[in-house]
Amino acid sequence: MTDVGRLRADFPILRTEVRGKPLVYLDNAATTQKPKIVIDAIGRYYEEQNSNVHRGVHHLSELATKLYEDARVRTARFLNAADPREIVFVRGATEAINLVAQSFVRPRLRSEDEVLVTHMEHHSNIVPWQLLPAVLRVAPIDDAGDLVLEKFEEMISERTRFVAVTHVSNALGTVNPVKRIVEMAHARGVPVLVDGAQAVPHMPVDVRDLGCDFYVFSGHKIYGPTGVGALYARLPLLESMPPYQSGGDMILSVSFEKTIFNHVPHRFEAGTPNIEGVIGLGAAIDYVRGAGLDAIAAHERDLMDYATGVLSRVKSLRIVGTAREKAGAISFVLDGVHPHDVGTILDREGIAIRTGHHCAQPVMERFGLAATARASFALYNTREEIDALAAGLRRVVEVFRA
Amino acid sequence: MSDELDDLYQEMILDHYRNPRNAGTLPDATGVARGDNPLCGDKIELFVRVKGGVIEDVRFRGSGCAISTAAASLMTSVVKGKSREEAEAIFGKYHGMVTTGQGGGDLGKLAVFAGVSEFPVRVKCATLAWHTLRAAIDGKRETVSTE
Repeated sequence: MTDVGRLRADFPILRTEVRGKPLVYLDNAATTQKPKIVIDAIGRYYEEQNSNVHRGVHHLSELATKLYEDARVRTARFLNAADPREIVFVRGATEAINLVAQSFVRPRLRSEDEVLVTHMEHHSNIVPWQLLPAVLRVAPIDDAGDLVLEKFEEMISERTRFVAVTHVSNALGTVNPVKRIVEMAHARGVPVLVDGAQAVPHMPVDVRDLGCDFYVFSGHKIYGPTGVGALYARLPLLESMPPYQSGGDMILSVSFEKTIFNHVPHRFEAGTPNIEGVIGLGAAIDYVRGAGLDAIAAHERDLMDYATGVLSRVKSLRIVGTAREKAGAISFVLDGVHPHDVGTILDREGIAIRTGHHCAQPVMERFGLAATARASFALYNTREEIDALAAGLRRVVEVFRA
Repeated sequence: MSDELDDLYQEMILDHYRNPRNAGTLPDATGVARGDNPLCGDKIELFVRVKGGVIEDVRFRGSGCAISTAAASLMTSVVKGKSREEAEAIFGKYHGMVTTGQGGGDLGKLAVFAGVSEFPVRVKCATLAWHTLRAAIDGKRETVSTE
């Protein structure tokens, strides 16, 4: 088990009071708070190490380049990628998906080709595929919020050019059987992208064990800074892909007649990158590995079980999403109370949750809802905070006499 | 519970949320408009019948939070029978009240929304129906969005 008290001390913001009450931060699926070690890594970079990367011959540039490339090595190790060159730094999961859509999928599309996703995707794993001249097909989910695996398999057709699935649903908490999904797709020769934005903070991820071709995540959801994320792509695939954006740093030589692109992964990192972000992400990965992903997963599973029990006892509350395996987030509605009103009343108690469609409108539509309230967990949350949430929800029921 | 919450969720607001007045559609509407609040997923469709510059009837349907539903319900009760200029003037005062908390004195029942000013992110909920009414009267076809 993790020593939550000790971990909480690493996060300065958790000592904040909101409206005179201790902050209860349960909006971690939107973004996590940052440990001091990440904040300090960014501060130290600007105070002692700031320089542009890859091109300088001077001391600071060498230092910044080393820090930047070390973070790539650590990110590769974190996902158990075979080679650091398989990691491309991007702005976040959204950009990573767009990169794969434009550079990998688009050039391979033939008329009437299909891209297969699931009904539980975040908008970021729907809209980039809609920008392609491909037919978007959607594998259904059941009333519990589980992917209907047999249907999914049936929907992989001769025309399926690509599969893109989320590892963990941000709106329902469903954990998808990604390894099985990859096997099914690969049996038909279809490459797979896994959106790991909601998975990497909560469980150990091994891309080689999963067998996926692409894996994406955002730094800010794993205790790192915003504006940085990573794309993992199997090396032969990455090497086969044309550039996504172009400019400096992604070239070997430029003349007006002919430009030679840089090797991977630099070919995909045009322009001065988010150096502080990458360094912060490296620090966040160190932090998470230090805390131990198995320990984090065990702690959060305890929180999920505890919250499921405690919330179920709140009058007129219904949990949305009861999948076999869940991680990170628990969505719910209160009969007769709009989630937005729930959010406002909880906020007055210092409790931060998210209310709305969670950028997953098709999921809301699947369950016949305009919105849900969602509490989402991080390694620093406690059972006491879940109790505070339940007490807050009883207040809501009181106000609305729901 | 905090006083601000008491002010926000007054009995009249909860009553109009649970039993919205003028809910439904208007077959002989002269104007129809939709309003969206992407922040919370609130959606409203507003039907209005204007004759000789007077709002003869107004109805709405949709799903929304307590504030947006009650705001739509109370708005429909207040603007019925008013000229469009009168409705516009009321909206002007109402908007001032929900953003500053002041000036609710001559707004009658609508003064119950003064508490919204303590909750800046909820101002959009309180004004969505009004923006949508304006669009319906103007005969605008596009959806009104609070974003």
